[in-house]
Amino acid sequence: MITVDVQYFAILREQRGVNQERLATAATTPAALYDELRARHHFTLPGERVRAAVNDAFVAGTSALREGDRVVFIPPVAGG
Amino acid sequence: MFKISATAIDVASLERTLGDPRAGACVTFEGWVRNRNEGQPVRSLEYEAYPPLAQSEGERILAEARDKFALVGAAAVHRTGHLQLGELAVWVGVTAEHRGAAFDACRYIIDEAKARLPIWKKEHYASGATAWINCATRGEHSGEAAIPPA
Repeated sequence: MITVDVQYFAILREQRGVNQERLATAATTPAALYDELRARHHFTLPGERVRAAVNDAFVAGTSALREGDRVVFIPPVAGG
Repeated sequence: MFKISATAIDVASLERTLGDPRAGACVTFEGWVRNRNEGQPVRSLEYEAYPPLAQSEGERILAEARDKFALVGAAAVHRTGHLQLGELAVWVGVTAEHRGAAFDACRYIIDEAKARLPIWKKEHYASGATAWINCATRGEHSGEAAIPPA
């Protein structure tokens, strides 16, 4: 298990009900962590619609998560 | 210069920062809050950003525009917060020796900004309902890249 900090924005923040949380997980990739959180919190967006960022940079969903990482799941964007 | 701003965008001061005697063309784009989207009357828009990544991605887009086009200067600002109809949500300004590069670069920056910046928009409708744009789980796909394979 590793401990990571997850920050939520927009629709995920509303569905989770908090801006951020620290949690222990057995997930080893952002994609696996998203699936775990989606099942727990009933997020409506499927994993393939969400991008991942770790420590403020975009990463592949299959990249390795490490102890203390700051993880953000990015719903489809809509600036402009 | 790229910035995420929680307060009103000061267009006059941004245009002054672009002033340069080498520039013969200045093209600016303003994105305004509109009263209708896909047939629904819109009352206001709420913008939320992931600031550190929006900042770095915005700077990357401006750097790409400078690489691709013969620019003198480029700047862009995107708002966050709850905006009312007619308010300025995004501003892009570019200068170049000639108009062609300025038009092309301005278009490039706003198109990339809309597609790539981690910024989200929630529409508040006249009916009282709200919706995060592009986040519906039915209907049209946003076209966003999914979590890509390694």
